[in-house]
Amino acid sequence: MDWVQSLRLIAPEETLSIVGLVLLLVAAWGGDKAARLISILAVAALVAATFMVAPALCGGAMGPDTSAFFGQFRADAFASYGKILIYLSAAASLVIAPAFFERYNAMRAEYPILVLFAALGMGIMVSAGDLLTLYIGLEMNSLAAYVLAAFLRVDGRSAEAGLKYFVLGALASGILLFGMSLIYGFTGSTSFSGINAAISGGVSHGVVFGVVFMLAGLAFKISAVPFHMWTPDVYEGAPTPVTTFFATAPKVAALGLTMRVMLDAFGDQAQVWQQIVVFVSLASIVVGALGAIGQRNIKRLMAYSSINNVGFMLVGLAVATPQGASAMLFYLATYVAMSMGGFVAILMLKDADGEAVEDIASLAGLSRTRPMLALALAVIMFSLAGIPPLFGFWGKLLVFKAAVDGGMIALAALGFAASVIGAFYYLKVVKIVYFDEPADVVTGESDVWHKAILAVCCVFISPLGFLLTGWLGRLADTAAQALTAAI
Amino acid sequence: MIGVEHYVVVSSILFVLGVLGIFLNRKNVIVILMAIELILLAVNLNLVAFSAFLGDLTGQIFAMFVLTVAAGEAAVGLAILVIYFRGRGTIAVDDVNRMKG
Repeated sequence: MDWVQSLRLIAPEETLSIVGLVLLLVAAWGGDKAARLISILAVAALVAATFMVAPALCGGAMGPDTSAFFGQFRADAFASYGKILIYLSAAASLVIAPAFFERYNAMRAEYPILVLFAALGMGIMVSAGDLLTLYIGLEMNSLAAYVLAAFLRVDGRSAEAGLKYFVLGALASGILLFGMSLIYGFTGSTSFSGINAAISGGVSHGVVFGVVFMLAGLAFKISAVPFHMWTPDVYEGAPTPVTTFFATAPKVAALGLTMRVMLDAFGDQAQVWQQIVVFVSLASIVVGALGAIGQRNIKRLMAYSSINNVGFMLVGLAVATPQGASAMLFYLATYVAMSMGGFVAILMLKDADGEAVEDIASLAGLSRTRPMLALALAVIMFSLAGIPPLFGFWGKLLVFKAAVDGGMIALAALGFAASVIGAFYYLKVVKIVYFDEPADVVTGESDVWHKAILAVCCVFISPLGFLLTGWLGRLADTAAQALTAAI
Repeated sequence: MIGVEHYVVVSSILFVLGVLGIFLNRKNVIVILMAIELILLAVNLNLVAFSAFLGDLTGQIFAMFVLTVAAGEAAVGLAILVIYFRGRGTIAVDDVNRMKG
């Protein structure tokens, strides 16, 4: 593996970092007037990077040919699957941003650049083949994300969200790092393949401690119970385009990273971490469902919904089989579409003055004032609840099928029962939108880009999405195969 | 004779102190930043001690990276704190409570 080949494998990362640095200079000279131009160029760079990673996924790249820099970085089909989702959702959250920020006169040139660097960090996270690469990617993403959460300076809640996210995120990084240092000490290696080789004969107590610390840190990043407490506050406080970003791309990256670490580095010793993941998964499903019930702010409701959905995805990880990984990846793609659509719909809820409406009670009778928006909300809520014939159902089905096939029938049954509790609050939103007396609050006009992205997401999760099941399922299988070639 | 276990014990104590510093402190956000630094220093101590006892350089390189990122993290944290202070006029931990639910 020579340097030229390595540099070729990281071409998408090179593109993003060079474009990011150049745009930073443009921002320094052009100021906020250049914000729109920088946004367009950043979207173009993200789309270009998506096309660069696509061949690896379609070709099912795996094995030693895909590992760059002596195994520190992997450009395999799994990484490509994650990166396509990450880059596309980052691009979408750039497209929806100007209409929101311009109202507060806060469309700064830094926004697209921060998103670009966060996307670069997330791409490195899903490609990590070494604890060091993992850490650099994670921090690159996190540092940009802290700033993004505090981006809307005129809103006191935004600064508070940034502060909370920073403190808890830094704590999570610290816990993760402590786990990594223990694993390094007790296995003598930081590369995933080295760790895998070192623990193939059995794990020492030190490694078990390390794995527990790492899982705790990663649970913070994917906002799984019991480390979920930052999520509702950050989702509510951060500006809505940023929340859209947080609910999609970093989730993909952190879940991809968790899969990579658990199934690759610790794949041979799955019994060490399986029970923890089972607990975290069930707890997330239940807490996500119960926590959402009393919420009045729709962004907080969506935050609990994301905790709930992460729980369902972790069911796929808990079984530790290629089938589970594939189901998880499939769910991840539908989840990104649902959550992107959900937050864009929230972004379109504006009163006559263009002020954002976040109160669920104000959505009453939306079906009569804004029928299309109400329909989109209903589709998204039904899909999040996993009600057939919407696409969200298929992801849940695959995950539970993997659990049953993997012999975890109790986990599947409990998760299934808890998903019924979750359906309650989704249906409550639909009931308020369709059957309550109109409150006539949401009357503001919507941006054309918002409409376009919402339409794409809704078509994807509508019954039409089932036309894609074969294709998407094959891609998820390829990606899972590249990841779990070892087990 | 000081063995690697002594280093691990010291770094574990530092780590626990750092975590407690975040959760027990009710006064000031700056103290939280210091507690975060303490956690990262505990990790560095661990990495360097393991590196020395394993005879492997990776741990020391890792510690360098952690130091660098910690500097960046502190800079970002302080910047967010400045924005927060400008809006609220206080950095007491008990006052960080505009959102609840």
